[in-house]
Formats: sequence, C-alpha cells, structure tokens
Amino acid sequence: MTYRTEIRFILNGTDVSVPDVAASQTLLDFLRLNRRLTGTKEGCAEGDCGACTVLVGRLTGDGLVYAPVNACIRFLASVDGCHVVTVEHLSGPDGRLHPVQQAMIDHHGSQCGFCTPGFVMSLYALWMQTPEPTAAQVETALQGNLCRCTGYEPIVRAAVAVSRYGTPAADHLNTERAAMTARLKRLQSDARVVSGPADNLSILPASVDDLAACLLTYPDATIVAGATDVGLWVTKFLRNIGPAIFTGHLDRLKTIAMEGDVLTIGAGASYTDCQDALSEHLPHLTGYWDRIAGWQVRNMGTVGGNIANGSPIGDTPPVLIALEAEIVLRRGDVRRTVALEDFFIEYGKQDRAAGEFVETIRIPIPSQNDRNAAYKISKRRDEDISSVAVGIQVTVAEGRITRSRIAFGGMAATPKRATAAEQALQGQVWSQAAFDAAAKALEQDFRPLSDWRASAAYRMLSAQNLLRRFYLEQDTATAAPVRLETA
Amino acid sequence: MKDTHFVSGAAHTDRIHDSAIKHVTGRADYTDDIGQPEGTLHAYLGVSTVAHARLNGIDLTDVLAFPGVVGVLTADDVPGVNDISPTGQNDEPVFPTDRIEFHGQPLFAVVAETRDAARRAAELARIDCDVLPHALDPIAAQEAGYPHVTAPLKLERGDVDTALSGARNRITGRMTVGGQDHMYLEGQIAFAMPGEDDDIVVHCSTQHPSEAQHMVAHVLGVPSNAVVVNVRRMGGGFGGKESQMNLFCAVAAMAAKKWNRAVKIRPDRDQDMTATGKRHDFVIDYDVAFDDAGRIEAVGGTFAARCGYSADLSGPVTDRALFHADNAYFYPHVRLTSRPMKTNTVSNTAFRGFGGPQGVIAAERIIEEIAYATGQDPLDVRKANFYSGEGRTLTPYHQAVEDNILDRLVMELEEGAAYRQRRNDIVAFNDTSPVLKKGIALTPVKFGISFTATWYNQAGALVHVYNDGSIHLNHGGTEMGQGLNTKVAQVVAEAFQVDFERIKITKTTTEKVPNTSATAASSGTDLNGMAALDAVEQIKSRLIAFAADHWGVAPERVRFAANRVHVGDEALTFDAFIKKAYLARVQLSAAGFYKTPKIHWERARGQGRPFYYYAYGAACSEVTIDTLTGEYRVERTDILHDVGRSLNPALDKGQVEGAFIQGMGWLTTEELWWDDAGRLRTHAPSTYKIPLASDRPRVFNVNLADWSENRELTIKRSKAVGEPPFMLGISVFEALSMAVASVADYRECPRLDAPATPERVLMAVARLRNGG
Ligand SMILES: Cc1cc2nc3c(=O)[nH]c(=O)nc-3n(C[C@@H](O)[C@@H](O)[C@H](O)COP(=O)(O)OP(=O)(O)OC[C@H]3O[C@@H](n4cnc5c(N)ncnc54)[C@H](O)[C@@H]3O)c2cc1C
Ligand code: FES
Ligand code: FES
Repeated sequence: MTYRTEIRFILNGTDVSVPDVAASQTLLDFLRLNRRLTGTKEGCAEGDCGACTVLVGRLTGDGLVYAPVNACIRFLASVDGCHVVTVEHLSGPDGRLHPVQQAMIDHHGSQCGFCTPGFVMSLYALWMQTPEPTAAQVETALQGNLCRCTGYEPIVRAAVAVSRYGTPAADHLNTERAAMTARLKRLQSDARVVSGPADNLSILPASVDDLAACLLTYPDATIVAGATDVGLWVTKFLRNIGPAIFTGHLDRLKTIAMEGDVLTIGAGASYTDCQDALSEHLPHLTGYWDRIAGWQVRNMGTVGGNIANGSPIGDTPPVLIALEAEIVLRRGDVRRTVALEDFFIEYGKQDRAAGEFVETIRIPIPSQNDRNAAYKISKRRDEDISSVAVGIQVTVAEGRITRSRIAFGGMAATPKRATAAEQALQGQVWSQAAFDAAAKALEQDFRPLSDWRASAAYRMLSAQNLLRRFYLEQDTATAAPVRLETA
Repeated sequence: MKDTHFVSGAAHTDRIHDSAIKHVTGRADYTDDIGQPEGTLHAYLGVSTVAHARLNGIDLTDVLAFPGVVGVLTADDVPGVNDISPTGQNDEPVFPTDRIEFHGQPLFAVVAETRDAARRAAELARIDCDVLPHALDPIAAQEAGYPHVTAPLKLERGDVDTALSGARNRITGRMTVGGQDHMYLEGQIAFAMPGEDDDIVVHCSTQHPSEAQHMVAHVLGVPSNAVVVNVRRMGGGFGGKESQMNLFCAVAAMAAKKWNRAVKIRPDRDQDMTATGKRHDFVIDYDVAFDDAGRIEAVGGTFAARCGYSADLSGPVTDRALFHADNAYFYPHVRLTSRPMKTNTVSNTAFRGFGGPQGVIAAERIIEEIAYATGQDPLDVRKANFYSGEGRTLTPYHQAVEDNILDRLVMELEEGAAYRQRRNDIVAFNDTSPVLKKGIALTPVKFGISFTATWYNQAGALVHVYNDGSIHLNHGGTEMGQGLNTKVAQVVAEAFQVDFERIKITKTTTEKVPNTSATAASSGTDLNGMAALDAVEQIKSRLIAFAADHWGVAPERVRFAANRVHVGDEALTFDAFIKKAYLARVQLSAAGFYKTPKIHWERARGQGRPFYYYAYGAACSEVTIDTLTGEYRVERTDILHDVGRSLNPALDKGQVEGAFIQGMGWLTTEELWWDDAGRLRTHAPSTYKIPLASDRPRVFNVNLADWSENRELTIKRSKAVGEPPFMLGISVFEALSMAVASVADYRECPRLDAPATPERVLMAVARLRNGG
C-alpha cells in the first residue's frame, strides 16, 4: 500500500495540490478564503440555497462527467482527482460572456445578484446536458437554487433561451475535454490518501477492499459518502468528524446492476446515478425521486447514506421497505444481508457494528400483479423534507388483496411498516372499503409527532388519505384525476 | 462617441441592471468579498438559550480560553450608550445587562483570529440566569398582561358602534396571519476598519447607512462625523436590513476600536434568522356590517401584532397595517385599533409592505365573509365597495383617495384573464372532480406611498462632472437588487442627454450624502431620483449660463441632446463642452436635495395626508388543491400593475414578479414555528420554505398598466414599485380559499389562516366537510 498526503485536483485551469487537508475543510471555504474566488457565495451552508453551486467533473466509466454540487457541504478532500469549475471559469480565455451569462443578462435574470452565480452554474450544467430544456426540466434543475428577488420567471425564460446563444459543443469544457481527461488521469493513483492533522484526518481508501480495511483500523471513523448529511454536522453543528473515511471516489461502490430479478445498487451510488435504472425497473419511483432534495444534492447524496444515517424522515427507506429491499453490510471480508426494515432498530440506532459499512442495496423487482406507489408530502413540493412519505406495494389476485407492504416515513421514530393497515387489507376485495379500513387501522400503527413540518393530526390524516389516494389512483374505475402531478 | 439621436439608457427604457454583468460573472463584490487587511479579526455572537430570564451573569472563562480567541465584548464594553433602538426608545441594548428577553438573544460577542474559532468559542459560555415565564404570541401576551412596545394607534371615522349594532347583517371573526423571514440570500454582515482618533469605517449590508452611522456613533460615544458607513450593494434586503444591521455594525465597530484591528462579523444563517427580526405576525379581530347587496356599512378591527421584545419599527409597522386595513374599499363607519404587543420573541421589523399586507389581507377576509354570506362572487363584492363616487373617497385616516384607477384596471384584468368564464368553468369542474378542486380569485391592491414619518421623505444626491466629461453619481439610496442605481442613473443620463455608460454609479456612503433615510417604503427612486435630478439641474443651469455668456446666445438656445450640447447653431460634443466649461471655471459638481410635498400626518388625531399618492394593481390567480393531502399548485396568475410612467419597464416588471412570488410565499409555504420553549425551529432554508422556481404559477402573465401616469409630480410621473405588488400574492391565498370552500358548496367562508400550508388547507377541508 502506498500513501499520499496531499489532495490533488484541477481548479478551473490550474493544478492544485493541497497538503494537510483536514476532514472538515469545505470546498467553499477553500475557494473563498484560500483562493479568493469570491464569485461562489455562501447563502446557507447547508445545501439548500445553491448560492455555492460549482461543477465537479469526475472521471467515471462514462468518461469525464460534470455535475453541479454544493460547495458549502462538499469537503475539500472529496474533490481529489476532480476538475472543479467555478463561475470565474465560465467566460473563457477571450473574456466573452458565456451563453448562459448572456441569456441571464438579456432576460433580466438577476436583481440583487447574490444567488446569480449559483443559478448560472446550475443552468450551465443543465445546458451542457440538455441544451434545449423544457420549462419543467428547468424547474427540476433549479430545485436546489433559491432566489428571493426575481420570482424565477426571468431565470426560467433565460434558461429556455440559452441554446440560442451558443451550443455546448463549442463550450471550452467540451473542446478541452480530451486534454482535461488526460490531466485528470495523471492525477489518479493507487495510493490511499491520508491527509490532515491527526485529530481531523481525511482518509481516501484506494479501493472498496481498502475501505473495508480502513474501517477495521478506524472502526469509529465517520464514513463520508456524499456528505449531504455529514456536511451539515460540520457547517451547522460544528461537530468533529475526524477521522473521516471518504467513499465518493470509489466507482466500485456505485455499481448498479440486475442480478436476476433483483436490482442491486451500490451504497455509494448517488440519487442521480440511480435514475436510469429506476425508470427502467421501478418506474413508480421516478417522480418521487425528483422530489428528493435538489439537483446538486442528488448529484452527491447516496442511497446508502440515506439508509445508513437512520433518519426517520429519509425518503428512500419507506419505499425500499415496501419493495422488500435488503442491504448487504460488510466488515472486513465478512458480509451479511439484512432486511432493510430490520436495519432500523430505534431512533438513532441501526443494526450496524463498528467497522461495518453498507455495501449494496438489493431490491426485488415487483411482479406483474404488484401494484406500487410512492408518495411524499412536504410543506413545499420540491427540495423539502417529508412530513409523511410512504411506499406501498399491494398484490392483487382475482380481485382480492393477497399481500401488502406499506411502509411510512415521518410517522414514527424509524421508517416503519404499517402492519395493522396491511392486516386490514389482507384477503379483502380490492375496494374503497378495504382501504378505508386500512386507513382506520393506521391509528393503531402510529402515534406521530407534532413538529415544525406538520402536526400529529395532519400527519395521521394525510397518511390515511394517501392510502385512499392509492386506491383511487390504481383503480381503473376512477375517472377524475386524483393527483396534482397527473392532473 | 456615437452619433445618434438618442442616448443609451434614457428614462423609460428597458436598461439592464447596472451590475448585471458583474452578477453573472461573480465579479459583483458584496461585503464578504472585500479583501481583508492583514490581522483582520472575526466576531461572533453568543446567544441565549431561554426565552425569558433574569440574567445574573455570564461566565466566559472557557470562551476566553478557546484557542484563537482574542477577547469578548459584553454590555460592560460598550463605550457609549448601550442602545441600538432605531426610534430612540432606548429599549434595545446591544447586549442586555439584567434580563434575557428572547430565545436566541445576543448576549455577548467573541472576537477571534478566525470566524471558525469565534463561532466555536461562542458556544462555551455559561449563562447564570433565573428562568421566567414567557409569552410568545400576541394573545398569550395580552393574557399575561404584557405591555405594548409602543403607543397603539386608533383610526376612526363616523359612528361605528351605532352602525354595527343597528346592522341587518353583521359578522365577527378572527384571522391569524403569520410572519415572514426575509431570507435575503446574503445574510447580515458588517466589516469595520479602525482609523485614527475616533474614526471608523464600516462596510456593511444595510438599507439605512445613516442610521447605522448614527448607531455606531451612539454606541461608541463619538460624534457621527467620526463614523463612515459604506454600502456598495446588498444581496437582498426586503426591510430586513433597515434596522437589523445596527447590531452587527455596532459589534464590529466596538471590536475594531477595542483591538485596533479590522473586524468582520457574519452570523451563520441560523443565527441570522433567530437573532434578527421578521415580518410581524398578526391576530386580527374584525367586525363588519353590510347591506343585503354586500356593501360595507361599518368595520371595526383590532390588530394585535407580535412585536417581539422591543419596539424597533413596530410602531410605524402596526400603523401601516391600519392604514391599509381598508385596502381598496370605502368603509362608511370605521374604527381600527392596533395593539403592538410585547412578546418574548425576536423584535420584529420592517418587511416589504411594512404591515400593509397584514392590513390588506384583513380587508380581503372581510370581503370574503360578505361574499359567502350573500352568495356572491367575491369580485362583485370587491367592486361594489371600491372607493369611488361622491362621499365615498375618504379613508379611515381622512385622506381622500383622489387618484383611484382600480375600476379600469380591474376591468381590464378581469377581461384579459377571462375571469368570469374561468370561474364558471371552475365551478363546473369542482362539481365533477371528487379529489382535486380548483379556485380562482381576483384581488386588488391600493398602496399608500410615502414614509408615514413625514421627515423621512427627504433625500440627497451628489453629482460630479469631471473635466473629461465623465460623470460620478452618488445618492443616499442603497442598492439591494431593486435597480435603484440603474433608474437614478437613467434619470441623470436623460437630463444630461448623455449615454448611460458615461455615468459611474458609486457606493452609498455617509461621507457623500448625509442624513439620508432608509431605502425603504418603496421610496428609493421617488426620492433619490428627484434629488439627483436636482443636482443635475443645478449643474446644467450653470452650464447654460456659461454657454449663453461665452457664445453670446440666449439661454433658451443652449440645448442638451444626444451626447451633444447645442449652443445656437453650433453643436459640441459633451466632452468638449465640459472641457470648455471647466477652463472657464464653472463649478461642475452639485449636491441635490428633494423633499416630498403635500404630506402631513397627525398621529394623535389619526388624521392627515400621510401619502403623496397611491399605487394600484390587481392579480388573478387560479389554483388546484388536492383534498386528500392539502397539497396545491398555482395554475395561472395574471397581473396588471400600476407603476405610473415606468422609468424602466423591464426592471419594474421584475419587481412585480418577484414581489408577487414573495407575497405568495408569505401566505403559502413560509411558516415560522416556535416550540414551547420559545425557540424558533424554522431557522434556515432547510426548515423555512420560500418558493422555488417550481412553485411559481404554471402560467404567469405580468403586465404594467402602461396607460397610467402619476397625477402627482413624481420623478418622470412614475410610481413606486417595491412594495405594492407584494400584496398581489393575496390572490393565491383567496383562490385557495375558494377551492376549500367548494367542498361545502361555497356556503361557508373557509376562514383559512395564513400561511395556508398544505396542512392548513387540508384541515380546513376537513373542517368544512364536517360541517364547520
Ligand atoms: C438540501 C438537502 C435536501 C435534502 N433533501 C432530502 C430529501 O428530500 N429526502 C431525503 O430523504 N433526504 C434529503 N436530504 C438528505 C439526504 O441527501 C441524505 O440523507 C443523503 O441521502 C445521505 O447520503 P450521503 O451520501 O450524502 O451521506 P453522508 O452525508 O455522506 O452520510 C450520511 C450518513 O451515512 C453514513 N454512511 C454513508 N455511507 C455509508 C455506508 N456505505 N455505510 C455505512 N454508513 C454510511 C455516514 O457515516 C453518515 O452517518 C437532503 C439533504 C440536503 C442537504
Ligand atoms: S450555501 Fe446554500 S447551498 Fe451552499
Ligand atoms: S437576485 Fe437576489 S436572490 Fe436572486
């Protein structure tokens, strides 16, 4: 095993090598304080406003891929081997404004301008990926960007018009793609990176096996995948996360594949990484998926992290439990498989031993007779934490419900199945009455909390109504639309 | 020099924001982007973790021992007066001495070599205090016998008691309206640099540099002439940086003087949201009498506001709520009372509309009540009650509404948005749609323009023409995104007849224009545009006198046009002309001044003419709600808004769009939630949800009433635009209400409280379905 102690990446056009990168060092502070690249702003330091949006380009199996991310909760160590692009890099060497910038100006897309660099970066990424987006695609791309001044209308108009100002093929990230790829390849190495002060160590394992090994050495280390939870521990709660073991660079932990009827997702796969496989195999999750966080967070955050953090309000556990998903935990070379619903023991406690990590999530693909749905309720439709989330899988044979799995988030101290409701459905004729009974039974299943997201009464009533929605939506006899998204 | 007949960026054109290129390239500097001198220190606030207590002492041993900490500041370190109350009530200390009055109240500041060290150390204080019972909302405060933070206001006209008690139709009700966090994207920040003697320079993000200057002087115990406050631009303000920056400026300045080093203070978002004031929440009790046709006969209203622990701007804010509790409607008999309640919460402050929106929404609730009681379309009730005609123009504060254009404006919007047709279609849709229900509402706004504190309606500007013909423009207003600098520069370009590019817009600084008013009350362009024009006119008249004399022509034959100066039959370029004027020793610099005419206000009597004029607008919004979950979507909004003769239609439209969305956010997803301990739990964008791009209406048509012209002699006959369109967001709230009402066949007023979160919508649906 070879070791390296400095973090190496390319910042705009420049090779950067930083020795001694503490685990808690954020990319945003590095840009603003160390490099005085002040175009990237801090609006919240928690991944919610997008003022800090930068692009991170990474070599993947599909070549060099750029994605917008939140620099505020991105740790500097995690950009090792990447190309970081900030707003200062957009106009290119000739100093001419970039098509996205010109479109924003012409459409009066900025007022106070503080959010603007972040919007420009998100729109830049969108334009490279989808040069002629629809308004709906723009909205999805901008879920992670807040603007308090403009009301967004001019920004969306600008976004839709960008292609009139230039094509991505001519953009310097594309024209210099081969050269950049070569430069990034030169940064790659088989070494484990261990950087930073002893009490705030950053560790980048050389491989998944090395990750297992590192965790044996540092069983209490903080695993950092996308840092969309851990980042906030640092920026908001000032917690010490060292030693931290980073996994975002481990491609092997991001593998997504079908094994027979089981979809396997590597714990390190980001929400964005999963998108294609979901639309192919679990289409009922696609709309739901787009409502998890915003684009930047979806590019970083992982399903593995969403599960491992054990939150009662994470969006993936309820829908994965309904699908009867399992997770594979690994410690050293020892692996064990746990039903996802059993992983959550109680609030703040999961079935994970020291030194163990989540390696894969295994999701059986539903059969023809299974009716599936995933619903999320939040105060604001996009980029908001659920007040209630639910995954529902109901098997119907000859008009009767033969099996059901219903799992809720936001209703208890852990993501939890509604066993009384499931029981109420068992063997019943597929009917409104059956679902009314299941809704009633939810009162035995849960005693939800009141907090700033929702009151207990609302949580209960809307959870009950989501079962009714499921019936109405799945029932072929229902004529009128029952959901805003499908209206 | 271009040889055209026009100048670029003249008045009434769609000039881009003067900083637009800097915004999109990231080169616009905000306070946190200013390069720091060697040795800059960082301050951070230590705050209370209880809502109300007797403060016995603060043990700062661990704070001081934390690596990197240079020192702390407490109330004892205030060299001058320990007070930053903007209205001179002496009720708002920099740091308290003996009493904690809200959860999150700043108690001391740590000063350290890095911001990170200061932030970490700030958590280590041990606060010795005896916890006292607290009251968080205005009703609890009334029950606990809490005082008003400032004198209440009463507006009265006619004989309201007789009219109410004798009425055939009378409804009383209560409405709770939530507050709102500003959620400017750039948080509070101040950066102080000590100078020699008493001198100090503070760079910060304030809407009110003069007040910050006076506060720093007051706190340091030095005259105002020792303090310079600079603001190049803000990353949004919305009222949240009118008085709230005083604290940060004072702390940075105290620390900078104490350690003789530059000091920056920038709270994180959570501290910004918990330690600074917001829009006032209100509990409104209304009592209305009306005839069978739905015409209002009398209105009584009590407006209790959550003011927080000190007055701050609660006096004028609650006053303005009363000034707008009529919105566009004539109340024959009326009595409106404010109750600015002290509460154990952060001291609430200015926010776009300044209490006006809370007044307007009460008027719209009254309209709704009447509509449901009389079985009419609320729009018909609205129209029937508009100010118009003989004997129906007097407001509750005895100012006559003389410039009302709502009849025409509303009619145009009603037709343009096909309101009647769509309303019929919606009623038909609702009959056949069991789960999804739609609603539509067309609501007007009338908003009074001027500071109600009459002396604030003054402004200054400073214009220099350098001898190369370039122009330096400075005025007392601040740029927070609204495009004030752009508009004022347009006025100057137009007046000098030179291209916009020739004018350099410079940072607002108390060194150049003294005693300025806050850039607030939508007044920025009205006041500063006029002041700048005055400066230009002074210089021009000197230039004209010089030219007439030098070329021997009549003054009327000296003309400024399209980058040239025409003197008789001769035409010189502006540059050449200026050079000649300079050589002839003409003074090429002037300080301009303006004060708004006609206004006066006697608060004790509740009578006067507080407003120079009114701005008008109307919006029509359509929504769909999901009656299973309370979720909703805004399908379409049409707006027609009055900005008089717009100085810059593109920027004005931007203000209208942005204000509408912000107003919609206030009434939909933006919810402030305190727990029982008095701790604000929605204190960052993760928990406090302002609208996103995907929340804006699916179809959004915004138009300016281009036929409108200010009847008063305002700058180029334009009207103020910052605040009035905020209240157009009420159309969304009213449309939600109609959708809810559909589940009980529109027989009952849903009495939605604000914000109408999905939860409130669902619970209202459930209530109406269960028979109210
Ligand atoms: C702005 C914003 C919006 C959000 N919105 C939503 C939302 O709508 N719905 C939602 O559900 N969540 C939301 N989240 C949280 C969500 O992004 C995270 O829960 C995310 O899925 C965690 O993944 P990560 O890779 O970022 O994990 P990290 O933050 O890196 O880690 C999270 C936790 O998991 C552990 N961990 C990570 N990987 C492993 C592993 N392989 N094995 C064992 N432990 C591991 C870490 O040690 C840590 O305890 C949001 C977050 C932000 C910042
Ligand atoms: S600063 Fe708000 S998302 Fe990063
Ligand atoms: S322009 Fe001010 S926040 Fe977007």
